[in-house]
Amino acid sequence: MTDPIESPAVEAEAAAAEIERHDYDVVVIGAGGAGLRAAIEARLLGKRVAIISKSLFGKAHTVMAEGGCAASMGNVNPNDNWMVHYRDTMRGGKFLNNWRMAELHAKEAPDRVWELETYGALFDRTKDGKISQRNFGGHTYPRLAHVGDRTGLEMIRTLQQKVVSLQQDDFKATGDYESHIRVFHETTVTELFKTDGRIAGCFAYYRSTGKFVRFDAPAVVLATGGVGKSYQVTSNSWEYTGDGHALALRAGATLINMEFLQFHPTGMVWPPSVKGILVTESVRGDGGVLRNSEGKRFMFDYIPDVFKEQYATTEEEGDRWYTDADNNRRPPELLPRDEVARAINSEVKAGRGSPHGGVFLDIASRLSAEEIQKRLPSMYHQFKELADVDITKEPMEVGPTCHYVMGGVEVDPDTAMSLVPGLFAAGEVAGGMHGSNRLGGNSLSDLLVFGRRSGAGAAAYVDALVDVRPAVAEADVDEAVKRALLPFSSATEGGENPFVVQLELQKTMNDLVGIIRKADEMEQALKALQDLAVRTRTVTVEGHREFNPGWHLALDLRNMLLVSLCVAKAALERQESRGGHTRDDFPVMDADWRHVLLVLSALGEDNVELVRQEQVPMRPELLDLFELDELKKYYTGEEIGGHRADQGLDKGAKA
Amino acid sequence: MSHDQHFRVWRGDSDKGELVDYPVLVNEGEVVLDIIHRLQQTEAQDLAVRWNCKAGKCGSCSVEINGKPRLACMTRMSTFDEDEVITVTPLRTFPVIRDLVTDVSFNYTKAREVPSFAPPEGVAPGEYRMAQVDVERSQEFRKCIECYLCQNTCHVVRDHEENKENFAGPRYLMRIAELDMHPLDAADRKEAAQEEHGLGYCNITKCCTEVCPEHIKITDNALIPLKERVVDRKYDPLVWLGNKIGIGRKSAKS
Repeated sequence: MTDPIESPAVEAEAAAAEIERHDYDVVVIGAGGAGLRAAIEARLLGKRVAIISKSLFGKAHTVMAEGGCAASMGNVNPNDNWMVHYRDTMRGGKFLNNWRMAELHAKEAPDRVWELETYGALFDRTKDGKISQRNFGGHTYPRLAHVGDRTGLEMIRTLQQKVVSLQQDDFKATGDYESHIRVFHETTVTELFKTDGRIAGCFAYYRSTGKFVRFDAPAVVLATGGVGKSYQVTSNSWEYTGDGHALALRAGATLINMEFLQFHPTGMVWPPSVKGILVTESVRGDGGVLRNSEGKRFMFDYIPDVFKEQYATTEEEGDRWYTDADNNRRPPELLPRDEVARAINSEVKAGRGSPHGGVFLDIASRLSAEEIQKRLPSMYHQFKELADVDITKEPMEVGPTCHYVMGGVEVDPDTAMSLVPGLFAAGEVAGGMHGSNRLGGNSLSDLLVFGRRSGAGAAAYVDALVDVRPAVAEADVDEAVKRALLPFSSATEGGENPFVVQLELQKTMNDLVGIIRKADEMEQALKALQDLAVRTRTVTVEGHREFNPGWHLALDLRNMLLVSLCVAKAALERQESRGGHTRDDFPVMDADWRHVLLVLSALGEDNVELVRQEQVPMRPELLDLFELDELKKYYTGEEIGGHRADQGLDKGAKA
Repeated sequence: MSHDQHFRVWRGDSDKGELVDYPVLVNEGEVVLDIIHRLQQTEAQDLAVRWNCKAGKCGSCSVEINGKPRLACMTRMSTFDEDEVITVTPLRTFPVIRDLVTDVSFNYTKAREVPSFAPPEGVAPGEYRMAQVDVERSQEFRKCIECYLCQNTCHVVRDHEENKENFAGPRYLMRIAELDMHPLDAADRKEAAQEEHGLGYCNITKCCTEVCPEHIKITDNALIPLKERVVDRKYDPLVWLGNKIGIGRKSAKS
């Protein structure tokens, strides 16, 4: 069943001759929440849209989201509004966020959630029949619209069904379901085409047949998600190989904030088969406590000075908080994610970890078996079915897991366009919105708000082009074919198995650019990545092109490598600790770094260039939403000269 | 802690194929998908398998393990004896693409044939009001991860290619039930369920419910109630019989 590749050159020529071609107005790469919302918007604005997805339609990583979608609808607490959400988001990101994105996000999230109901979504309800909202870390009020602990599934299914509904409308009008939206699933994009500096289309292969396909389109929306698969321990699926990040770089766009990765404190650590899978924050919210191998609730030893006022210092007080939050301080197990993740890391390093390299998360001794099964049904089943652990009887073993990349493509906040005309980005692949640390619940809302904006931005861009669409250069297509077939031609030269190279890349990033970072380790990582770059170029693939996982990985590896270089390089450059970037050698947050963005661009196939860039200062009326005392913790003196309090024009705190 | 196990994996394409034997290392705590991945990393780099989240949430890695439709990521090796031969084959109801990957486009075609949610007229976004108790029925069906194990198992189409055209399968009949039970859906779906989507083919043997990894009571909570709603319009002997012998909705056991 294996057809040996006789001559790469002949093969490439033959392949180029039989390339399928499609013409669209807008091509959306990625079929998660952001991609589907972008496609829906572009289609509603009259554009012909292709959706390209590595996995089957409806399987995107968005299904993994559990907690909810943050939107200040005020259904549970009427004091909530966009300004409170905006403030929470900026605090969560340690004021490094792109403030305009955070503003748009906070203002538009409620409309985006309500819109989902008109598509058929069924959120959990309040007593008066509105969408219910739950508490989450960093959010002042109950704000997360949710469906039990499967909110992401509800969102992906709703958007998927809306796409189908639009196809049904098109069928009635044209007799063809796919006249205006077509989903190319199990299809991977390997190159973007540019002509005269503008996007002209992209190049892809069908995973099932290995056949090549080109899309001629003036606008491309990247909605490819994150980069977590470059780490050994991650809550991310195989799809998260940083494809959009890498495609953008190679097309001449820039990435920002790549040093900021969110490590969720509680992922499963055992058995190996499930290492990294998320254990929801709600376990701790409902009373679960963290213990080391000596049985000690160690989080009491890790309360940072800035949080001393808000957290309990004794187990007794912490325990009282669950029933009387007004008169007690919350337990330190509920510190922000970055603090808890660092504490667990320190305990394990000090030799006080659990047998499989984590710590113990104990809910069994805290709640009755009935309560646990009622409040945490999916966690109960997850541990029962995957680890054979009964969490009503035994503690869980947990440890930090790579969860989310705050960094991504630098875009215009209003249109989501990158520096490359015609190239847009939305969702996790876009950078800026979350600053140095994302709040739970702000991802699903981000997908909707900026998914829609990118679809509208792409449609407006196409309209403005009138009839001067850039034509794809045939030479670029030939080049893309050759590049895609390279792993087969390496076979004759005895290259390595891509799975082996991937494991080494993951280990390098995990060990040397992980949760706690040091200059010498990151320098070591950059050296190792250079070596891995050479090996990645020459990995060998056996066999045929039909559904060949080795070949697929060989092509993904190229992206993982480029993105890992960006993470390592930016992490080495930023000499402070902030949000999802912790430096052992620079442990303190530094106001002089807050307004600096580290911008990365590609230098050839596997090198990147880094430059520092000043953040655009926040609009005065947004700055005025904060009290001066709070801003002083983050800003340098001269940056807040325009604040209302400083000008003697204090209008009082806004709602 | 570790042992060798005898795996037998179907390899081939749409034309031909065969079961290939592999002795393979199994470590404590692993699932069948881990073993398939180990084969890819060692002696079968080109072994095709579809998977994604590896946490039982996306429904991609559906295969048949020792003849039973299962998610490979949720089937733990400790549920087998160490000397047992583990046979992994592709879903039988759908055409093979390669190895363990099948062409599931049947399901996407059927999904497109079910009319979508019909929003109520005159209710603006943000004005939707529904009671929790009323949304819960449809919410159960929306837990579906679209793994298609029910579609693969249902005997109406499992060995009857000829029924595929006229039968939507349990997943999409359940989708019709979900919309029919949606408190604000404005469409009437009962007639179409019977006439166009083949509800009458279902003879409530509950095979779909048995294989559902989300433990959705497809037959009891979706298909039988839908049949009951249809029966007002059209006589269905199975519902009549079901009511007669006491397996109607109210007395249904889980």
